[in-house]
Amino acid sequence: MSGAIVTSKKVWQRHDRKTQLAVWAAWLFGTAVFVYCFQLISERTIWAFVWDAPAQAADLGARMVPPAWSYIHYLWRPIWDTLNIATLGTIISIVIAVPIAYCAARNTTPSVAFVRPVALFIIVASRSINSLIWALMLVTIVGPGVFAGIIAIGLRSIGFVAKLLYEAIEEIDESQVEAVRSTGASAAQTTVYGIVPQVMPAFAGITVFRWDINIRESTVLGLVGAGGIGLELNAAITQLYWTQVSLMLLVIIGTVILSEWVSAKVRHAII
Amino acid sequence: MLRIKGLTKRYRTGDLALKGIDIEVPDGQVMALIGPSGAGKSTVIRCINRLVEPTAGTITLNDTEIVGLRSGELRRMRRRMGMIFQEYALVERLSVMENVLSGRLGYVGFWQSFMRKFPQSDIDEAFRLLARVGLDHMADKRADELSGGQRQRVGICRALIQNPELLLVDEPTASLDPKTSRQIMRLIKELCGERKLAAIINIHDVMLAQMFAERIVGLKLGEIVYDGPPDKLTPAVLTQIYGEEDWASTIRKADDDAEPVDEIAPATPAETPVIERARLAGLT
Repeated sequence: MSGAIVTSKKVWQRHDRKTQLAVWAAWLFGTAVFVYCFQLISERTIWAFVWDAPAQAADLGARMVPPAWSYIHYLWRPIWDTLNIATLGTIISIVIAVPIAYCAARNTTPSVAFVRPVALFIIVASRSINSLIWALMLVTIVGPGVFAGIIAIGLRSIGFVAKLLYEAIEEIDESQVEAVRSTGASAAQTTVYGIVPQVMPAFAGITVFRWDINIRESTVLGLVGAGGIGLELNAAITQLYWTQVSLMLLVIIGTVILSEWVSAKVRHAII
Repeated sequence: MLRIKGLTKRYRTGDLALKGIDIEVPDGQVMALIGPSGAGKSTVIRCINRLVEPTAGTITLNDTEIVGLRSGELRRMRRRMGMIFQEYALVERLSVMENVLSGRLGYVGFWQSFMRKFPQSDIDEAFRLLARVGLDHMADKRADELSGGQRQRVGICRALIQNPELLLVDEPTASLDPKTSRQIMRLIKELCGERKLAAIINIHDVMLAQMFAERIVGLKLGEIVYDGPPDKLTPAVLTQIYGEEDWASTIRKADDDAEPVDEIAPATPAETPVIERARLAGLT
């Protein structure tokens, strides 16, 4: 009955029969793995604790209020340290990351065969180690305090800033660079006139974004002794001063909101 | 006087883009380089200022050999050649003035250019050129705020402030509307006339080439297949350069009086509409 219609109209489907079957099989497999894993985890979980969790949370919450507002005088200094760790760490990372990004970008690197792999390795090494781990190591090397925190933040940020910056450099419009070069400009002049204006918005965005992340990261660095408000937080938690803990959490949230606001403003102004 | 002898370019992919080109461009001549995409027009221009490295051949500009110059000499050589680009290639985020002054980069030191401290004579010249192309009130606008035609004018100023001996122009009208295209071409021709400046203009638009160039060179697959005055550009020649098409409407109307196109046309008139219809239907 439909023979005539089938020959007169072309059938179109997103997937052919084979692909449809494969997609369906993939979903089945995924669901099976999920159910199996859930069982495994369930067997190793003490469910009594989980059912108890809301009550525990409510209890802890009750012990946290009201925040110990009078303690705020002791927090200005640590939060100022935290801001300094983030800001100075970001500045250090930028100073180091810019030349690394220049060497890592395929279109600006002095040598694709030798310099570029080294630059890429530095980027990967910096990115693969969390700032908390950098801080742990640096506290043993340079001793506890703000300085270790600054260096930790700086080392962790190099990879982030350099990676995003070199990607931005690789995406520039080569014809603008070519035009500057064709006037007889030197390599340095070509960089300043042809490349820098093109990557400036990306650079500003990356910097402010990383500063924003670093403020959040530097709040926890104190946990391993690298200065800032994390140090106070750690002390308060171990001594079970929950009202102080809640106050510090509020201060941290306030700082992060402030940094978000500043970075949004700056990004908006530059781009 | 620009002399190109046996210019050959083989790209790393193995493509032979230019097969031993010989061209001589006397001072003050505006020459159009036409040909289909991939014929090697851009490669010719880019070999002259060595944005592309020639594989073989010699290029001399007023008795200075260009091929084989080392970086310092090459920079000084590039100062003597202004280049105008297809998509304008202005530095979008710099101001009009900075873009024009970037044509002087070969003459000022790094810190001078970095601090934007160009000599007053350069700034005077920049304002004079901008006024000449009608953009002096736009000096502090950012390049990306300008329209296509305005941007190309800035591109022209950037090339001219170099005070070049030769102008290399790569598809100056490819991204412009027909009216602006003519204005830009007229401007280039006028400025070349004022300064007795030689120019090589790569251009797709055969009619524009005929209107504004005094000499036309046709390039096909890296070889010169035509070199002569615009009014000798017959349908037969265009077929040789681009391949079979109906060229009657492409040839400038003014030429019709001098040389009736229909008599020279080798293509059988009956065949032409068929090709046209097939092309419009998207079948070819």
